[in-house]
Amino acid sequence: MVGQAVNRARVVLLVLLLATSPCALAVDSVTLADPAQQARYLALTHEIRCVVCQGESIADSNADLAADFRRQVREMLIAGKSDQEVRDYMVARYGESILYKPPFNVRTAWLWLAPGILLIVGAIVAVRIQRQRAALVDQDNEPLEEDVRS
Amino acid sequence: MKIGKFLIPLGAFVLLAIVLAIGIKHSPEKGVIASPFIGKAAPQFSLPDLSQPTKSITTADLKGRWYAVNFFGSWCYACRQEHPTLMEVSRSRVLPIIGFDWKEQADSANEQDDLGRAFLNQLGNPYTLVLADRDGRTAINYGVTGAPETYLVNPEGVIVYKLTGQITKEIWEKEFVARVQGKPDKS
Repeated sequence: MVGQAVNRARVVLLVLLLATSPCALAVDSVTLADPAQQARYLALTHEIRCVVCQGESIADSNADLAADFRRQVREMLIAGKSDQEVRDYMVARYGESILYKPPFNVRTAWLWLAPGILLIVGAIVAVRIQRQRAALVDQDNEPLEEDVRS
Repeated sequence: MKIGKFLIPLGAFVLLAIVLAIGIKHSPEKGVIASPFIGKAAPQFSLPDLSQPTKSITTADLKGRWYAVNFFGSWCYACRQEHPTLMEVSRSRVLPIIGFDWKEQADSANEQDDLGRAFLNQLGNPYTLVLADRDGRTAINYGVTGAPETYLVNPEGVIVYKLTGQITKEIWEKEFVARVQGKPDKS
């Protein structure tokens, strides 16, 4: 039993190591001196889209332009800018699509609300269909009528 | 009643089709991010002149006249392709074209100069002024995504047009010359 547990622990460890190895080979090797700034830097660079790559944040991309973006974020943080000031700077130059998480406003409301609305509509439809089917089963279970039995 | 039920999914389908059709029709060129900078002041910069690295040029030096800003680099293949067109349109002298030599890549500063200059020596120089944006800070300030990119700036220092990709004679006439000559308020 103990051997089994050890084996299981080894497997878990192996999976964890494999899962985290890409992080060890991270694109971005620069670390900010202040840990709080470093945390904000990491969060921001994962939030900003790399404009020359498909589906990558500037934290994950080794494109030249992404490196320039990271430097820009770094310098702004060191200069004491807030996270929102960094976002605003990028949005002012590259548009809202530069952010992975689009802001909630009148223009993007449908984008945020549509999945929820569709889910509710789907749930209502599913419940109604289920009830109708259940009703059919009840009808089926009624005793056979006289004329059929005879 | 029965027919009504069939109409609901059909109606939903038609609605979806209309929404998607509008989306496709109005979607801008895919992959191209429209510049939110149009109608806003051109970003501030202070960059060394490519041919005289000790001399630096700022946004203020260019104010008071129309000018085009062209981001290029000797490393950029599309810029090489675009170059003959720039040479041709620059001969009309309608407006000065300011070249931003973007991220010339080399080991030493001197070599960097040489690559940008060698490019212009070899293919000709269509620019009134060439500035060296070696670290790419000015490019990010302008919202550049890739070379070549060309901006049109009016005498008030406001960006009125941006082109991503190679310029053609038609685009030059229609988007640049037309705005400079008499139709500045078009945009």
